[in-house]
Amino acid sequence: MPRITVTVDGIKYEEDVEPRLLLVHLLRERLGKTGTPVGCDTSNCGACTVMLDGKSVKSCSVLAVQADGCDVLTIEGLGVNGSMHPMQQAFHEEHALQCGFCTPGMVMAAIDLLREDPDPSEETIRHGLEGNLCRCTGYCNIVRAVRRGAQEMGQAVRTP
Amino acid sequence: MIPAQFDYVRPESLSEASQVLASDEDAKVLAGGQSLLPLLRLRLAYPSTLVDVGRLPELKGVHDRGDHVFIGAMATHDEVMRSDVVRAGCPLVAMAAAHVADPAIRHRGTFGGSLAHADPAGDLPAVVLALDGVFVARSAQGEREIPAAEFFVDYWESSLGPGEILAGVKIPKLGEGWGFQYEKFHRTAQAWAIVGVAAAVKRSNGAITEARIGLTNMGPTPLRARATETALQGMELGDQLRQACEEAAADTSPPADLHAQPDYRRHLARVLTHRAVRTAAGAP
Repeated sequence: MPRITVTVDGIKYEEDVEPRLLLVHLLRERLGKTGTPVGCDTSNCGACTVMLDGKSVKSCSVLAVQADGCDVLTIEGLGVNGSMHPMQQAFHEEHALQCGFCTPGMVMAAIDLLREDPDPSEETIRHGLEGNLCRCTGYCNIVRAVRRGAQEMGQAVRTP
Repeated sequence: MIPAQFDYVRPESLSEASQVLASDEDAKVLAGGQSLLPLLRLRLAYPSTLVDVGRLPELKGVHDRGDHVFIGAMATHDEVMRSDVVRAGCPLVAMAAAHVADPAIRHRGTFGGSLAHADPAGDLPAVVLALDGVFVARSAQGEREIPAAEFFVDYWESSLGPGEILAGVKIPKLGEGWGFQYEKFHRTAQAWAIVGVAAAVKRSNGAITEARIGLTNMGPTPLRARATETALQGMELGDQLRQACEEAAADTSPPADLHAQPDYRRHLARVLTHRAVRTAAGAP
């Protein structure tokens, strides 16, 4: 069984993994990072989005062995000292969720799109979130939250 | 679903990778995994071994080689769509790469992986075909160049042989006077094209002197709309363009599926070809 080294939310882990183990299952079942849900299992919904070496990926579509030596950031690694990340706070303030299942992936994808454009327009946000599906909100509040989160992050100068 | 069991190797070199592939016909290449992993999870594929070439430095990067751009097989869609070399040398490729799936998938999915997967519904095959790209395959026997017209064989089947790995693709630079457009018709933002059309059009003194049109998802392989390409030659921009584009679905054999029947796909090919050609030709 291959042994991999992977850093998740700042902590380094060494794990023996079956080659077929998906990154999302490593996170959830081995490391207890259940903040990252499995949504569709067909790479469509984006609920399982995490950062892999600083770029958003769908963790159901990455093998754990492919993440060997890499740095993973999940929704659980965003907050500092128990306080929410500005993007999480913005989702809360703007009521950008109902059931909340898509939210971890939405927040990660939203933070990712700010790498390219720290002050995105509504259109940029909608394109940036193309890979993330929400079945509750109709997206309007999510787009508002990302705008707000971007502004807060700009002020706070704190990016993950 | 959890994929069926397989072995995993991460070779240090391309030659080691091709040895593993040559010795086991059920082994499969793992690039970014954005097409393969869904197939494994749905248990539509049962490889014995995955040969992970995703980290091989010889397959990475985008290179300006004078008369052509060489896109390494492991360049991600995200790299390709943002590359200044691609945007300057073969803008149609950058345009189409930006249409592949969604941002997270573009971070992992690779140019070479997508092409070797040979899905006629993929955005890139029709583009490389329209631009007369040349596929560079490597194996223990050395290097082989395969013209795009011979690379795609059937649904999900390329002409890569056992032990052969796609190293990259040469995209010829077309020079002055060309315009480009990729039109994609799809049900949702991240979905595959129901039909896609890649157009490269050259104009001189107001008239079209050459047109190249690639069709996505209009048959078991990407296709060229040859009849329309011929009809467009020498044509001035105007109402007759539509007439020429009426031939776009000639000699195609589009599939029937949940999203569209063949006759609807033929209709889409005509409409999208007209749009793509108009835009590529700079029509107002």
